Amino acid sequence: MYDTTRPEMNVDQLHTKISARNVQVFYGTKQAIKDLNVEIQDKTVTAFIGPSGCGKSTFLRCINRMNDTIDSARVEGEIMMDGSNIYDRGVDPVQLRAKVGMVFQKPNPFPKSIYDNVAYGPKIHGLARNKAEMDEIVETALRGAALWTEVKDRLQESGTGLSGGQQQRLCIARAVATAPEVLLMDEPCSALDPIATSQVEELIEQLRSQFSVVIVTHSMQQAARVSQKTAFFHLGNLVEYGDTDDIFTRPQDSRTEAYISGRIG
Amino acid sequence: MTGLAFALLLSASLAGYVMNRRAALALRDGGQRLHSLGMFHGLYALLLVLVPAFVVTVLWIMLQGSAINALTMSGLPDGVVTDAVNPQLILTEIQSIAGGRIFGEPEPWKLEAAERMNSLHAASGWLLVLVVAALSAALLYTSRRQVAADFRARQAAERIVMGLMITCSLIAVFVTIGIVFSLVFESVRFFQMVPLTDFLFGTRWEPQIPIRADQVAAEGAFGVIPVFLGTLVITFVAIFIAVPVGLMSAIYLNEFASRSFRAVAKPILELLAGIPTVVYGFFAILTVAPALRAWGAALGIPVAPNTALAAGGVMGIMLIPFISSFADDALSAVPRSLRDGAIALGATRSETVLNVLFPAAIPGIMGGVLLAVSRAIGETMIVVMAAGLIATMNINPLDSVTTITVQIVTLLIGDTAFDSPKTLAAFALGLMLFIVTLFINILALRIVRKYREQYD
Amino acid sequence: MTDFPNDGTKSGGQQWASEAFKGRLAKRHRKETGLKLLGLAALSLAFLMLGILLWTLISGGAQAFRQTHVTLDVPISAEMVDAADPAAGNYRGVIGEAMQATFPDAAPDQMRALSGILSNAAQFVLRDRVVADPELIGQTVEIRVPTSDTYDQLNKGNVDEGSAEATRRLSDEEIRAFRQLEAEGRITLPANWALLTNADSRFPELAGLRGAIIGSFYALLVCFVISFPLGIGAAIYLEEFAPKNKISDVIEVNINNLAAVPSVVFGLLGLAVFLNWFGMQRSAPFVGGLVLALMTLPTIIIATRAALKAVPPSIREAAMGVGASKQQVVFGHVLPLAMPGILTGTIIGLAQALGETAPLLLIGMNAFVTAAPGSPFDASTALPTQIFIWADSPERGFVARTSAAILVLLGFLVLMNAIAIFLRNKFERRW
Repeated sequence: MYDTTRPEMNVDQLHTKISARNVQVFYGTKQAIKDLNVEIQDKTVTAFIGPSGCGKSTFLRCINRMNDTIDSARVEGEIMMDGSNIYDRGVDPVQLRAKVGMVFQKPNPFPKSIYDNVAYGPKIHGLARNKAEMDEIVETALRGAALWTEVKDRLQESGTGLSGGQQQRLCIARAVATAPEVLLMDEPCSALDPIATSQVEELIEQLRSQFSVVIVTHSMQQAARVSQKTAFFHLGNLVEYGDTDDIFTRPQDSRTEAYISGRIG
Repeated sequence: MTGLAFALLLSASLAGYVMNRRAALALRDGGQRLHSLGMFHGLYALLLVLVPAFVVTVLWIMLQGSAINALTMSGLPDGVVTDAVNPQLILTEIQSIAGGRIFGEPEPWKLEAAERMNSLHAASGWLLVLVVAALSAALLYTSRRQVAADFRARQAAERIVMGLMITCSLIAVFVTIGIVFSLVFESVRFFQMVPLTDFLFGTRWEPQIPIRADQVAAEGAFGVIPVFLGTLVITFVAIFIAVPVGLMSAIYLNEFASRSFRAVAKPILELLAGIPTVVYGFFAILTVAPALRAWGAALGIPVAPNTALAAGGVMGIMLIPFISSFADDALSAVPRSLRDGAIALGATRSETVLNVLFPAAIPGIMGGVLLAVSRAIGETMIVVMAAGLIATMNINPLDSVTTITVQIVTLLIGDTAFDSPKTLAAFALGLMLFIVTLFINILALRIVRKYREQYD
Repeated sequence: MTDFPNDGTKSGGQQWASEAFKGRLAKRHRKETGLKLLGLAALSLAFLMLGILLWTLISGGAQAFRQTHVTLDVPISAEMVDAADPAAGNYRGVIGEAMQATFPDAAPDQMRALSGILSNAAQFVLRDRVVADPELIGQTVEIRVPTSDTYDQLNKGNVDEGSAEATRRLSDEEIRAFRQLEAEGRITLPANWALLTNADSRFPELAGLRGAIIGSFYALLVCFVISFPLGIGAAIYLEEFAPKNKISDVIEVNINNLAAVPSVVFGLLGLAVFLNWFGMQRSAPFVGGLVLALMTLPTIIIATRAALKAVPPSIREAAMGVGASKQQVVFGHVLPLAMPGILTGTIIGLAQALGETAPLLLIGMNAFVTAAPGSPFDASTALPTQIFIWADSPERGFVARTSAAILVLLGFLVLMNAIAIFLRNKFERRW
């Protein structure tokens, strides 16, 4: 199990995992992100908040180069991860995505068994040498996603037969099974009921001990509950970035304040 | 004469329109409040005249032929129609004489009958014109009498239009009923001559039967198994080529091709589907079969001149766009979120396609493949031109095999006599073809529909 | 849990950078390239086949668009042709004399072979000239007539003159005679308009597509006149008025299945019902059109329903809102807006019908007819059945003519589809 007895790490020791410099994103001729600079720290939950269409999901999809799959999307500037630019010519997006996992807004389990869903990533990346190792990876990932006790007796059943909350946790298990370094979550709770949401939120808190987690949410309460750092996006601009407590209690920018107090959104 | 009848009914209905509209407007000008606009009074008259007169004319044209034939045949002098001579053949000959195509020196009674047939045709034409004129006049009179201020002309006209539209949609059903009925009717006559079990389980198909009773010839044999076997061989060859090529093309176009390449390549691929089958047949005999023979000779393998490979291969080429468009649709219908899920895990595009999209799209693709199988079984011209005529118990695609459709066409091409088992056998084959393809089509359409619902 | 690196950056980072992982990654990318190449190969195969098909047709058919002609001076003697009845003249003899004059050295038994240079049509060409203008009797006229097929092939370079004399269809002497005519400048190779203006013939050099084109035209006309109104009526009812119940479902399933019934089955229907029961004229384009109409009906219904469905409900609501009846809405507003889509679907359906062969064979539209039909009720062939007949004919000239006929058919198909695309681009609205 996860080592929860380990003492909390000192904030000073946390190094920067991802740093974005002058990032611009265009869809065709439309600019979705303007001149964005941000530093995301390791072993931290960073929340992106802002009104819909503000570019938060777009930026999230830049971090694992998912935007490459959209023909009209174009990314400028640089996003450094552990000191190297992920948009360099030599970087293989396939390898990058193995390091940067992603969980989507709507649960999207493959129409395969629960086991195969979780084992898919390790299988394609060749992380297990034999069946026993694979079983262990699957179990660990499902335990990590707090799903193991619910599904351990029906691993061969279809992943699409689970409830919405279970499906989303299955997707999280699928993402953590490849042992990523960063986990991106795009509004992971928006399709879930309150109980499932709180389960997923608990999970995020646990995952922080191993990954850097970046979560996009439209719920400010959620951001306040789960994150240590918060970034506020508005109309393609990163307006304000800082400790979650500061953003919610002492916003520096009038737009942030307006959003938090519910006047824009 | 037919033209005159049509002109008559058209002008009568137009006259009805003008007349009733004028009458209605006159009522209005007389100070009465009309329930319907004058136009609808006119429209009502137009439809009331047009529809019955048109139906009568069309039925007349369709039915006059058999009536005239019956009259001609019954007017033949006694003794010329004997058991030895097929009355169908006599009728065909008289018809062609009447049409001005005289071969050799026909007997005088045939010339006479042909003349009588022509005069019957002329009489029938005049009678039709007369009937249409009388009918139109009667209907014009009826509709004119109905013009009144409170006559609901719009509702009446709309009722007629609604009836017409319902008839139109029922015609599609009638066509199916007509197909089933005609096939079953002739097949039943066939099975009175040849037992059903001989047909279904016989292993010899030799439909050459004596035309005259005294002719020495082999008894015809009507066992469908070798014909069916040949159909399967050719279908298998076609599917064996069309499915992998179509599928891989769809995967390439869907996943790897740039947008501009796709915009050019897809229509070119569709061209293959637009080429008439007779062209493919010609291609098979002119280019493919000789090429296959030459390659076979070079390799020391004997290849029959009309090998099943040529017909099946060309049919496979024809089916490529069919498979590829179905596969393309099925792959595109897989939700984007599944694709994103796989890619975000670090799967390459090919892994995404093969492990996630393709398994999810299999039902849709299967539906397309089944429809392609049904097409291949029912495809006619390619095999008529490029496959063999002799039915053998043989599944070697290098040899010549025959198919159901080839046999249907060979049995029916040229003059047909509807009382010989040879002609009727074609209908029995047709019935079998219809049942098999219908079954496959229903299955395929159901699979495709289920698949679409799953992701909608 | 021991050897699975789940403690974040450190071992994860090592793992992704390991040689083993890189090797696996390279292998996976090779697989990706492999699939891509396989797809490209499949696509290329399809294109290659299309290319070979078109190339065979064009290279084989191009020759048939020109026809070797020979120009001959023919003295029309009054002995052979009686001025009182020019139509009954011995034109065969006249031409024989002209040939003898052209080859003065040839012995009578050679002459028979040499007169084979001219097509059988020569005497009729001459007769028509003289009948039209009896003044010509007693004069010498210059006529230009097609050569027979074997000499046409010789002129087009399809006869291997180096091969043994016994294996070819022309003797050395015949070839010499032809070369002599060529040297005298009597041989020309003009455009072969006869291919379009003549009807069918047993002689390849005279055979043309006029009958087939007119037959196809009549059949398509009948097909259109029947299937267009029926299809639109059925589609409007099913889309706009039909209650959603079992009967509508049955009709709908029925139409979808009808669209997939093999075409030869429609031929059987036509043969049994139209020819045998109704006693209609065999080989007539009218019957062909009827059968094609039944086949095209589902296509038109499906296209019309799609076009009607594409008209937004707001149009219907707007018209209903001002008090129009349902039928007034449909016929006054929805149908006109859907018309471009309906026409496009109809033209595509008709193009399919134009290429349809099997059902026409079964109702006898493969008859040998040497005159173009004067009405839809005369016996005739159609373009695809003519192709089928010619493809079956052994003469060398028919091979090229089959390809040429196919090119003509494909030309009509391209034209129809171009019209459909034009209509769609010009009139189709995006809502």
